[in-house]
Amino acid sequence: MKLPRARGPVSTAVFERILQARDVLAGPLRVELASGDPIEDDDLQVTLWALYELHYRSFEDVDEGWEWAPELLAVREQLEAPFERALREEVRPQVAAVVGAPGDLADRLFALTDSFEGPSLAEHIQRHATREQVQEFLLHRSVYQLKEADPHTWVIPRLEPDIKARLVELQFDEYGGGRPARVHQALYARALIEAGLDASYGAYVDDVPAITLALSNATSLFGLHRRLRAAALGHLGAVEATSSIPCRRFAAGIRRTGFSDPVAFFFDEHVEADAVHEQLALRGICAELVKATPGLEADVVFGATACLTLEARFAARLLEAWDNEEHVVPPPRQEAQVPA
Amino acid sequence: MTAAAGGRRGDSDVEVTLCPGGPMLLRGASHVVGEDGARHEVQRSVVAVCRCGSSARAPWCDGTHKLLA
Repeated sequence: MKLPRARGPVSTAVFERILQARDVLAGPLRVELASGDPIEDDDLQVTLWALYELHYRSFEDVDEGWEWAPELLAVREQLEAPFERALREEVRPQVAAVVGAPGDLADRLFALTDSFEGPSLAEHIQRHATREQVQEFLLHRSVYQLKEADPHTWVIPRLEPDIKARLVELQFDEYGGGRPARVHQALYARALIEAGLDASYGAYVDDVPAITLALSNATSLFGLHRRLRAAALGHLGAVEATSSIPCRRFAAGIRRTGFSDPVAFFFDEHVEADAVHEQLALRGICAELVKATPGLEADVVFGATACLTLEARFAARLLEAWDNEEHVVPPPRQEAQVPA
Repeated sequence: MTAAAGGRRGDSDVEVTLCPGGPMLLRGASHVVGEDGARHEVQRSVVAVCRCGSSARAPWCDGTHKLLA
């Protein structure tokens, strides 16, 4: 993968720097952020996405020596602070309603994920979406799904042994239970190829809007900071608890629009896997973490609600475009295909 | 529903966890015999067995219990 295109002054300055060989004497990098909503800020989100990516698979045109360069970490912190503030501000009322309320935390988190308000992308895909809308949905999702599970894996060494064992048990399933072809990232790549899309890592980063990048960046933000470990696990819980039933709908919509079983298989797999994972994540991991360290409850709930609110914004964005018979990102033109 | 679980190294190694209002988690099982008598192989290290009787993928949980409340 190559470095994405710059989308403003911050990404231009950062990308110019990291396209050069690492220079330990290069000195600080001064950037000025635009005002406005950090979640919808293309320049901020693409810069953050690229800076995080240095810790994952990185870029073939970037010197690996930049990963821990202090001037890049300083810029990253400058971008993360308003992003995290915006997320906390956005979900403040929902977090306040759940934290410290009576009842088992896992039950409260299930109630939160079941009742969180937002438009249903899954129902639209199941019943109404066109083939092109299904493709568009798949391509947006590829930005995160091709690194599915990786951001939450950063949390493993930061946990006490009993919670760590539970998280590893869940992640082992995400990584295919030891079978490379069953790694969820690989299943997603297969789905993209079968749907006529580009399955190479990061292929659609240049095309998607800030909100799609923000979905991925929030998980990296939580995963890469020890102080946000509880938010990472709350995020994981919300992902898992909003997956089984929607994935059944996605799979049905994918088949309804004439795509093949391998496209739907990723979603079929998540119906069953995430019916297990939601119990492991909310009961075995989040609730147990907070039992051991009650001070982490607020961040578990923050991570869960941040996930839900970003997903709701993403869904609203796609559905609004589709209602107007437009695309946020037009899918690649296809040769006419006759469903098998 | 009724389900019988078979252990990988003997039944004593199978751990059963009942989730409040949700499925039964099985660790260490090799297969589950469903209501229809069919044997369903366990494909992951933990599986969730349906307890509400409404799963479309019985004997496995598919989250449908959440729609019944």
